[in-house]
Formats: sequence, C-alpha cells, structure tokens
Amino acid sequence: MPGDPSRFEAVTSGDGMPTFYVTREALVETARVLRDTPELRFAFLADIVGVDYHPRVPRFEVLYILSCPGVGGYGTTAKRLRIKVRVPGEDPRIATVSGVWPAANWAERELFDLLGIVADGHPDLRRILMPEDWEGFPMRRDYPVQIKEPVKTYEPLQVSAEEFVANIEDARRVSRKK
Amino acid sequence: MSDHDLPILTTTVEKVVQWARRSSIWPVTFGLACCAIEMMAMSASRYDIARFGAEVFRGSPRQSDLMIVAGRLSRKMAPVLRRIYDQMPEPKWVISMGACASVGGVFDNYAIVQGVDQVVPVDVFVPGCPPRPESLIYGIVQLQKKIDQSRMSV
Repeated sequence: MPGDPSRFEAVTSGDGMPTFYVTREALVETARVLRDTPELRFAFLADIVGVDYHPRVPRFEVLYILSCPGVGGYGTTAKRLRIKVRVPGEDPRIATVSGVWPAANWAERELFDLLGIVADGHPDLRRILMPEDWEGFPMRRDYPVQIKEPVKTYEPLQVSAEEFVANIEDARRVSRKK
Repeated sequence: MSDHDLPILTTTVEKVVQWARRSSIWPVTFGLACCAIEMMAMSASRYDIARFGAEVFRGSPRQSDLMIVAGRLSRKMAPVLRRIYDQMPEPKWVISMGACASVGGVFDNYAIVQGVDQVVPVDVFVPGCPPRPESLIYGIVQLQKKIDQSRMSV
C-alpha cells in the first residue's frame, strides 16, 4: 500500500474482521487504493457507520465496511474489511468517498442528518431521514431525546374564489380540446 | 312504526341518514406500522369486517369516511396524515389504533408524535399493542354507536 505507514494503525476487533484506523487526510486515497489494487478489489461499500463517543476526545468515529465479492472479476476470494477514521468533535468534517463508491452518497447524507458530520465535497448533502427543516442532530449523545414540541403539519394552499373558478374553466377547456 | 296491512314504513330523515352512514363506513387504505397487519387481518376472511359494512378499503381519501391511524406516526409523516385527512369529504371519522397512535407507545422520543389527536380529531381510541382484530371491530362498533347518536347537520 503506498504512502506513509504512520497514517495507518491496525487494531484487533471482537468479531475478527480485519480493521485499521486511517487518518482523515489519507481516507480518500486509501479508499481508492483499496478499490483498485488487483489483489484487494474492495469494490463494494456495504455501509458507513458513525459513532459518537461523547465525552471522549476525539469525539466521533466513522467506520467504512467494505466487501470484496470474490467473483465477476473482483478479486478471487470474498473478503471483508473495516476502516475507521477518528473525527474531532469541534471540527466534525470528513472527506466524501462518494467519488470512489457511489453508494456512499446516501450513507453520508445519513451521517450528516443524524450525527452532523459533514462530508466535504459531497454532491448533494441534505437531510435524508429527518424533516428538512429539523434542528439538531438526533443521534448525538447530548441530544434531548424526549423533546416536547408541537407537531408541525402543513400550511393549506390558499386559493381565492376567482382562482378556483378560473382553474376549473381552464381544465374544462383542455378536456374539450381532446 | 309499521302496519302489516299497509306496505308502508315511517321514520325520520335523520334516522335514515344515521343508518346509512353507520352501515357503510369505508376506511381509507392507510397503514403506518405493525398495527396495519392486524387491520388487514380484520378485513380478511377470518374476522370479516364486511359483517359491519366497513370492508371496502378505498385507495383514495376522497371516497373514504373513516381513517384508521394504524401505527406510530412520525413527525415527518404528520403533514401527510393531515393532508389525507383534509382530502376526505365530510362527514368523516378517525380511529386511533393502538398505543403508538394514541399516546406514542414505547416510542417516547423526538421522532414520533405523542398521540395523533395533536394532528387530527380522534373519535375512538383502540388500546393494545397491537390491538387484536376483535378489538378493532369493537372500536368500529363503538364508532357506529357514536354515528347513530349524532345529529344530522342542517
């Protein structure tokens, strides 16, 4: 693997899946190498998981769970790999890997929606699960879970009587032409 | 009152309207969670809600009289529920089915509405987690009694 070995740190995992830490700066390059090296070919991003270790420092960790199918030109044996990135709480940003695996698009939106970790360079970073005007990031450990707020519904469309009649007449005119 | 010699039956308009309304309550097809499975069981052959005239689940709210809120309502879903309710023609009724729809159930958190009566007016609450089909049928029968006692709007 190219690059400075100090950017990587192998760890043991309870489930036996090969796991290592990588620095934030080296993430995208590492991802590209893991995907493209013929002996590795981790072509499939299974999931991205964010963890909040509040009040530990650094606060967040982001996990990328990769899979090599072992068939169809993608490697010879099926294998899995987990890479972890430490993210500080005062600067919750991470580079996007959606250019490497398109599957990262929605997963990184979820990461932003629930934990507030921003994926720099993401093509469409909006909330995905919570309402679009939601405030706060619910999966953070300092988030008040049992909020007591009035429910938002919607503003009914206001149509005047003249507009209503005009709409109906327009619709009639169109249906007569057909 | 009826006279068996004469083929005539007398009643009031109000009684006929009440009878017509309560005898064919068409629910809107609207399931939110696992309660909807029990709701489907209620409408299927084993429990057969057709016995009470409420088996015609409509795909459009514009043809429905009853909304059975079957399951937990998320805050993101609340505007959708309210819009569907607003699209139903009068007269209309709402049954809140199960613990989650009624009070939030086990989901006492930021995402779930703690009782759908914050969003729509509820006529009958059916307890249970989920309520068995018999419970929901009991709720519909209670609703029929309520409709029977309602005054016809003039």
